[in-house]
Amino acid sequence: MQDSQTILAPSTLDIEVIRKDFPILEREVYGHPLVYLDNAATTQKPEQVLAAMDEYYHTINANVHRGVHYLSQRATDAYEAARHTVAEFINARHTHEIIFTRGTSEAINLVAAVFGKKFLKPGDQVLVSAVEHHSNIVPWQLIAEEKGAALKVIPVDENGDLVIDELDHLLKGVAIVAVNYVSNSLGGINPVREIIAAAHRHGVPVLVDAAQAVQHLTVDVQELDADFLAFSSHKLYGPTGFGILYGKEEWLNQLPPYQGGGEMIRTVSFEKTTYNDLPYKFEAGTPDIAGAIGLAAAINYVQNLGLDNIQQAEHSLMSHAIDTLTQIEDFRLIGKFDAAHRAGVISFLVGNIHPFDLGEILDKQGIAVRTGHHCAQPVMDRYCIPGTVRASLAIYNNRTDIDRLAAGIKKAAKLLA
Amino acid sequence: MTIQEEQDEIIADFEFLGNNWDDKYEYIIQLGKELPLIDPQYKKEENLIKGCQSRVWLHTDFKDGKLLFTADSDAVITKGLIALLIKVLSGHTPKEIIDANITFIDAIGLTSHLSPTRSNGLLSMLKQIKLYAVALQSKSLHS
Repeated sequence: MQDSQTILAPSTLDIEVIRKDFPILEREVYGHPLVYLDNAATTQKPEQVLAAMDEYYHTINANVHRGVHYLSQRATDAYEAARHTVAEFINARHTHEIIFTRGTSEAINLVAAVFGKKFLKPGDQVLVSAVEHHSNIVPWQLIAEEKGAALKVIPVDENGDLVIDELDHLLKGVAIVAVNYVSNSLGGINPVREIIAAAHRHGVPVLVDAAQAVQHLTVDVQELDADFLAFSSHKLYGPTGFGILYGKEEWLNQLPPYQGGGEMIRTVSFEKTTYNDLPYKFEAGTPDIAGAIGLAAAINYVQNLGLDNIQQAEHSLMSHAIDTLTQIEDFRLIGKFDAAHRAGVISFLVGNIHPFDLGEILDKQGIAVRTGHHCAQPVMDRYCIPGTVRASLAIYNNRTDIDRLAAGIKKAAKLLA
Repeated sequence: MTIQEEQDEIIADFEFLGNNWDDKYEYIIQLGKELPLIDPQYKKEENLIKGCQSRVWLHTDFKDGKLLFTADSDAVITKGLIALLIKVLSGHTPKEIIDANITFIDAIGLTSHLSPTRSNGLLSMLKQIKLYAVALQSKSLHS
């Protein structure tokens, strides 16, 4: 693999060459070449990821950390190498700070459950933002209800920016902060550095939901000083059903296990069980070995292109998208960030057309977008809208995709008006 | 017209439109615009149909032994689909509605064209209409 530091200059990232790595992009939908703009829901997978997973099952499939035999050792090596790849990707201090989960939701549920169990007291508060995905609201509500704690919310302004002027005041009585780095419904990059710095001044730990960030921006957990950070493999060109929880060693060591089973124990008797060290304490049962290997291949793919290059290419496409789409009559951007403060997502409405109608007519033209509340109902309530149409970008999207989207919207608007 | 005749008419209309999805949608949207609109007082929580991505209100009247439906939705395509259902089922007795075999949705190729959430919504509406009919039927049997 090419080292991420020795990449081509940004202008030479050839999107047309990248597109060839994604076989699904060649297919047609309703007789039209596919325009896939639902990347915030899940990205497509490059050949390199598919091949890595295929090779695992073809050549070294075995259970990990258990067997005395050759295949088990090879599978364990590949699986643990994947953990190392993830640790380097987000610049974790230690590889054992990387916990494998089923995705961002499970990672957040894990922290909410075990942090809540150990530290939440009646009257405590969990601070989230007004632009969270349901996955970063509901797990906290579940544990808060159990512990007699409550949720508190960092408000959002008319443009979609979090209002953090009152943060010091908001942080009083808060036991933990949980915020997303990039909003999945609006696409704005949130001021997580400021939020983390403010929380730490009050001695409060912070969980960052980076599900919509890691595929678009360089995420460095040490530089952010995040206490916990979660993301999913499948939004980062990797397989579904796999994700990461990063936690600072000092926090993870203080927390009780999440689920019981094989792998997470040291000794078991009917009187007492002692638990394994990090990261295995939080990984009960046979893990998704192919998932880990697939994610590592996806990270290698992304690093090979270079996240800085990806960010530049996506920024340029995003500028083109905003310029093109905002020319459309009655086009309403929901979340008014410029391209520099936006990662991957454009959420919009056209006049009073219902997003569901617009999405359906786009679909018939081979254009895949998401419609609805994007698992962020409080955000839609904030703007008094039933939902939005969300177009979301990945590195393989090109100007043709955006131009097809614009033409598709115009056609739909004409039909639905 | 009987329920079956109404269905046959819709099927014939869609056959006339051919395989052009633009025309089919244009037709559905036009029907939506002609939908007998619900009186605003009935656009309340109890009349909302669950299982739709868009909001759908359905109101039922029972006059001279026949069920009459009015409805509305915040989405235009949804309105058109409700209009089709109402065209077929409104103005019939509960027994006719219960016994009706609704085939036009499949016959006009809507299920393969509509997104799954949309056709599920359509089925929810149909289920709701049938439930009203069943409720009225059992009431009249017991009274």
